Amino acid sequence: MSVTEVSNDITDAFPLRRGWQRDLIGVGIIIIAAIAGYFLFPNNLALLTRIIAILLLVLSLDLVTGYCGVATLGHAALFGAGAYAAGIAAVTFGMTEPLSMVAIGALAGAVAGLVSGVVILRGHGLAQLVLSIAVIHLFHEAANKASAYTGGSDGLSGIAPDPILGLFAFDLWGRTAYVFGILLLVIIFAVLRILVRSPFGMLCRGIRQDPVRVSAMGASVKASLIKMYVISGAVAGVGGAFNAVSTQVVGLDSLSFTNSAEALVMLVLGGTGSLYGAFVGTIVFVWFEDIVSAANPFHWLTIVGALLIAVVLFAPKGLYGTAVTLVERYGRGRK
Amino acid sequence: MSAIFQVDRLKKSFGGLDVTRDVSLSMEKGDRIALIGPNGAGKTTFVNLVTGHLRPNSGRVLMGGEDISRFNPMKRVRAGLVRSFQVTRVFAEMTPEEHVALAILQREGKSGRMAGSYHALPEVMRETRAILETLNLVALAGIPVSEIAYGQQRLLEIALAMALRPKVLLLDEPAAGVPHSDTYLIENALKQLPDDLAVLMIEHDMDLVFRFAKRVIVLAAGEIIFDGSPRDVTQDARVREAYLGSYAHASSAA
Repeated sequence: MSVTEVSNDITDAFPLRRGWQRDLIGVGIIIIAAIAGYFLFPNNLALLTRIIAILLLVLSLDLVTGYCGVATLGHAALFGAGAYAAGIAAVTFGMTEPLSMVAIGALAGAVAGLVSGVVILRGHGLAQLVLSIAVIHLFHEAANKASAYTGGSDGLSGIAPDPILGLFAFDLWGRTAYVFGILLLVIIFAVLRILVRSPFGMLCRGIRQDPVRVSAMGASVKASLIKMYVISGAVAGVGGAFNAVSTQVVGLDSLSFTNSAEALVMLVLGGTGSLYGAFVGTIVFVWFEDIVSAANPFHWLTIVGALLIAVVLFAPKGLYGTAVTLVERYGRGRK
Repeated sequence: MSAIFQVDRLKKSFGGLDVTRDVSLSMEKGDRIALIGPNGAGKTTFVNLVTGHLRPNSGRVLMGGEDISRFNPMKRVRAGLVRSFQVTRVFAEMTPEEHVALAILQREGKSGRMAGSYHALPEVMRETRAILETLNLVALAGIPVSEIAYGQQRLLEIALAMALRPKVLLLDEPAAGVPHSDTYLIENALKQLPDDLAVLMIEHDMDLVFRFAKRVIVLAAGEIIFDGSPRDVTQDARVREAYLGSYAHASSAA
């Protein structure tokens, strides 16, 4: 008798379906927001497309920082590697098929993830952060020096992707690029939600909370983190490649420290360790930056800074994390 | 019967300070041993040396005859040598159910799976539930660990150790930090450990030690000064001296 009661207790406490439903709702919201964006800002699709590319970078950062607890200011290295790989494939090797460009970007991002993961994970805490800064500077300098392939500080231009599947050409208004980006985003988001929910995702969350305990369970902390870094690199690489495809140029700024730091700021703004926070943070940050820089071109950075201080002081879990806490508290209060 | 676990002349010094001097001991299946000693005797250092968290200056550690001295902590766990921690180490944001399920998945080599969920693995769910039931943690199965009482977190440490199905279990002060009135919970949990498991427990609570242990080892200043039955330990002159210093001899106390 008590056994059946117990089993009910557990399934009630952890309904399998509820998590899935939440993710389906999440995907639904992304699609609805994407459609709304398409019709509400038809002249601003370039900005929305840029948000998608950055979002992929921030999602990928959330995997290593939010889920594994690795502090890094060098994550743009993975994004830039994907962007340059896709761009060079198109310009130098004539591979202008957009899906293969994205695949090449994912591969290059994964390799960059492996390399920077191996370097960054040698250190802990502050040393780790410094190593990550060193990594991004090295990647930046490598791209700068290899100007025969990358165009150096002039950037890599002349990327002319073919129509997707031979059917959908990239148009002047950026509609094709936008729809392509949304599709990539939805697929990657769905895959990542499955990943973070999996046993491996749970292991990574454990590593963030107590690596000593994880190794006392007989699991390899280092190997798991490097695996996650490679996956994260593939995601960031897709973001970079998509950026190359949609803007048709790759600049050195995609491999910059600033890019890395901004991605981290967006993640913290939205909230780490949920993937949803990455969405909230990126959209709010880029959109806010866009509005404020148009309204007040002289002091916009000051205003962005003030926003960040306010969020970090009053909503330390980020906008999404704080909202979830409030909703949970409200829900408990009603019971 | 051959020893399942053997420590052979383990030595460790920090600078000029010898914290472990020639410590040797062996354990057999089903052993229940208490390792006691005054503060600073080197008990936790001993555990850290054995589990590979510290590197000894010399000496060997063997599991079932196999030399595991060169294994890192992770490989020692996989060989069946599991420890608990003096100060609870758990994942604050995860629930007891997730903790135990993760340990089982790890033991089964499934913790690297990148899709699916342990909810969908009936055998993992069944075992998780059984372990949580054994330790009376079912009611808390779905609550983040940061919100449950410390005593229950201590029970969860034992649950994790059970889930890993070790051959040898080292418990570093399982009752530390638990109010004396709740020690029986820990004691009951320890009774649930499998009979053929070899357990070495470090503990200061003597009531617990005498009820639990069939054999007591006393460590003082890095040396084993007593290894025998719980009945004899209180009578041993060196043990009394280690604990009480000169007060052990009533005549010199004045």
